[in-house]
Amino acid sequence: MLEASLKQLSAALAQKKISSVELTTLFLERIEQYNPTLNAFVTLDHERTLAAARAADVQLAKVGAGGTASSRTVANMGAAAAPLTGIPLAHKDIFCTAGWRTTCGSKMLANFVSPYDAHVVERFSNAGMVMLGKCNMDEFAMGSSNETSHFGPVKNPWDTTRVPGGSSGGSAAAVAARLTPAATGTDTGGSIRQPAALCGLTGLKPTYGVVSRYGMIAFASSLDQGGPMAKSAEDCALLLNAMAGFDPRDSTSLERPAEDYSRDLEKPLAGLKIGLPREFFGAGMDAGVRAAVEAALAEYRKLGATTVEVGLPNSNLSVPAYYVIAPAEASSNLSRFDGVRYGHRAPDYADLNDMYAKSRAQGFGAEVKRRILIGTYVLSHGYYDAYYLKAQKIRRLIAADFAAAFKECDVILGPTTPSPAFKFGAKAADPVQMYLSDIYTIAVNLAGLPGMSIPCGFDNALPVGLQIVGPWFGEAKMLNVAHQYQLLTDWHHRMPSGLGKS
Amino acid sequence: MSWEVVIGLETHTQLQTRSKIFSGAAIAFGAAPNRQACAVDIALPGVLPVLNREAVVCAIKFGLAVGANIAPRSIFARKNYFYPDLPKGYQISQFETPVVSGGGLTVHVGEAEKFVHLTRAHLEEDAGKSLHEDFHGKTGIDLNRAGTPLLEIVTEPDMCSSAEAVAYAKALHALVTWIGICDGNMQEGSFRCDANVSVRKPGAPLGTRREVKNLNSFRFLQQAIDYEIQWQINEIEEGRQIHQATVLFDPDTGETRAMRSKEDAHDYRYFPDPDLLPLEITAAWIDEVRSKLPELPQAMQQRLATDYALSAYDAATLTSTREIAAYFEAVVAAAGTANAKLCANWVMGELAARLNRDELEFSASPVSAPRLAGMILRIADGTLSSKLAKEVFESLWTDAASSADTVIEARGLRQVSDAASIEPIIDAVLAANTKSVEEFRSGKDKAFNALVGQVMKASKGKANPQQVHDLLRKKLG
Repeated sequence: MLEASLKQLSAALAQKKISSVELTTLFLERIEQYNPTLNAFVTLDHERTLAAARAADVQLAKVGAGGTASSRTVANMGAAAAPLTGIPLAHKDIFCTAGWRTTCGSKMLANFVSPYDAHVVERFSNAGMVMLGKCNMDEFAMGSSNETSHFGPVKNPWDTTRVPGGSSGGSAAAVAARLTPAATGTDTGGSIRQPAALCGLTGLKPTYGVVSRYGMIAFASSLDQGGPMAKSAEDCALLLNAMAGFDPRDSTSLERPAEDYSRDLEKPLAGLKIGLPREFFGAGMDAGVRAAVEAALAEYRKLGATTVEVGLPNSNLSVPAYYVIAPAEASSNLSRFDGVRYGHRAPDYADLNDMYAKSRAQGFGAEVKRRILIGTYVLSHGYYDAYYLKAQKIRRLIAADFAAAFKECDVILGPTTPSPAFKFGAKAADPVQMYLSDIYTIAVNLAGLPGMSIPCGFDNALPVGLQIVGPWFGEAKMLNVAHQYQLLTDWHHRMPSGLGKS
Repeated sequence: MSWEVVIGLETHTQLQTRSKIFSGAAIAFGAAPNRQACAVDIALPGVLPVLNREAVVCAIKFGLAVGANIAPRSIFARKNYFYPDLPKGYQISQFETPVVSGGGLTVHVGEAEKFVHLTRAHLEEDAGKSLHEDFHGKTGIDLNRAGTPLLEIVTEPDMCSSAEAVAYAKALHALVTWIGICDGNMQEGSFRCDANVSVRKPGAPLGTRREVKNLNSFRFLQQAIDYEIQWQINEIEEGRQIHQATVLFDPDTGETRAMRSKEDAHDYRYFPDPDLLPLEITAAWIDEVRSKLPELPQAMQQRLATDYALSAYDAATLTSTREIAAYFEAVVAAAGTANAKLCANWVMGELAARLNRDELEFSASPVSAPRLAGMILRIADGTLSSKLAKEVFESLWTDAASSADTVIEARGLRQVSDAASIEPIIDAVLAANTKSVEEFRSGKDKAFNALVGQVMKASKGKANPQQVHDLLRKKLG
């Protein structure tokens, strides 16, 4: 059951080979066993989880007894999609969940219980999925190692002395250790793809606007996008079917016809044109990562794909532009955490300003404070044009680079990260080194493009991720490219040793 | 040496939408604290704003009404500052590209006419309220008002006296209520002004301005500006400099006092709100709004003056609100254009006074326009004297079932205009008032009026006064 795909789990549930309660209990027990080591979950509530599983079993029984088909269908789900009812799922703790604590990895929200569900959470619960718990993350999604979480770092299941990546590190570790069949993540500069790469799983960041941000605690509004993290591209396609779709509560949500993201999975890749940005294959990439990526490209050529070199000449500006735009938006987005209405308020203060200062000084960690300061600075009078406006111009140049590249290719491939999982503390003291671990992923967010990371081998026994970037709304194509590779390889089925199978 | 005064106004008009500008919560005034604040309004984690199209329609209406440019694409920006009644820690407003720019209003100050240019009008959300009473050393926060749609209307520094500023504010108030985008209720804060005031010697560059915030009555606006002008002149004449500042007006003392100086002014760190797309307004949308826009007061004033031969004053008074104008037009429609001046006199005179006394709106008048018109027709055809008309009006006011004709009939109020009926009365009066007759003949004109009065009294007010006058002259002459 741990290795089963979502489709297989769905079939097993439909055929009554296993109940949702049994399946859910299996994962809850694994969480009990491994979470103390991995720290992937920050909030668990067995009673609520099992109640949801029992409700799912009732739904499944109705269907088995010839109940209405509508209870099995998911909003916006195509005919080819498998129903998700009864399958457990973990949510990154950035998604608001009614009745569950939503911390965003911060002391500021350590006791915050949302009165409402995020759009994504609502979609999955409408689909009958069972929430296992809330996954640990870098504080307010600001980090690439999960070391900034108020609840302590998540350990990489492949090597617990190493980081799982971030910010969706809890989700990544949970899927990698098979503590959940799948999880949600969010990606602002690589926060789905980078931990997916470092933990050896498949993660997808959709085109900006495909998944509603309503109820997803904002880090950088123009870059944030929720997406699925799972074992395979096929699973991600099913999850994306449930997550995607127009939401009138998010003005940046796109009103487009519903898509079945699994429709093209089985298409052969003969004739596929793969773009290889020369800027992603230069210096700075570990030899082991390069070898794994090259080997993956060789597999694609075997499948009939051709490769073409493309240029993304402004990609070297993506990290600096990102570290202007993202902190600018964050400095404003995080202003609402002021201790007035909810969240942490300092126990003692002299006056209003003192309450603000103390509450925020106590409630936010160092990395969050650093970004609020950067963001406040770049938006300040006299600096706005030099930083924020210039960064926005760079952003348009980067998008134009990609648009030009996609005239020559169908998808862009390259490494997800320059190196595999690093040791705890290795980059914690040097923020710039930490920021550079997202060097290949950040440009994709700035351009609003969809991107994926899939496992493509190992470097010193640590997983390596292959990044697939599609054109705008090219999710189905990207998933096709990933799935065909996963039919040929078994990297995505590899499990960290030391974690028992059951 | 004389001083020149320079005034610009910023007016916050609360838009008459059903829900808030970025959320679905209602905006009715007076609800219990925080009962009209939804997740978006209290800025819970994860919530997002969605623009209310109704608010945009209000902005378009206003732009059309003042002949302004309506931006095909405008941007919502975040104005960042911390305050407990500002839940997000920023206000969503428009900064670099407002929805409306340019245009202006013609205002009348006494006999003079002045055109006040508008700089811009932009959409934004209101903040909540901090409640300092009843909380014993703490502050209460009511977020019902948070997210209420506002159109902030900014003038050029075109006004040079408190009288001009008040005239502009009144004209603006009349306009926004006329086009139905604001209820105009100043006590409830639906229409509030900030006045930027500076003084200079004629010909000198602009002086340093101080901004008087939140003036919610025309009287306070005038008092605050007058006080501020005098204060600034005194400061300069006593050798001190004016420093840019935001000041508050205290209605109890009639004085202004500084709230914050330029030195501790906020850096609002404006930037485009990434949660909202640019606001795009197509020509088709503008046309659609234009087609539903009522005739504007200025156009209507001209039409009334021309079509009905009314004075500019009458036309202006009759178009001071849409209700009066609609009522007046209904009366004229029933009484005929030839009687327009008579209609105007009755609407602005007796009816307005009576409504005012009973605190009623024109729309709630107990005397409907057709009933008033019925009475006016009887005045015009000589059936009713003006004096008796007042009596008829009183009956129309108190008895909803009555009409002018039924009242005239029932009470016998028909004016007597034939000489054969009036002459015997005159003869009797002359016979009984020989003293007055003597006085008149010896040159006392006053005595004539006394005799007219006696005749009217004897006829129980029904005799046609003009005829009484003429016959009396003839008999005494």
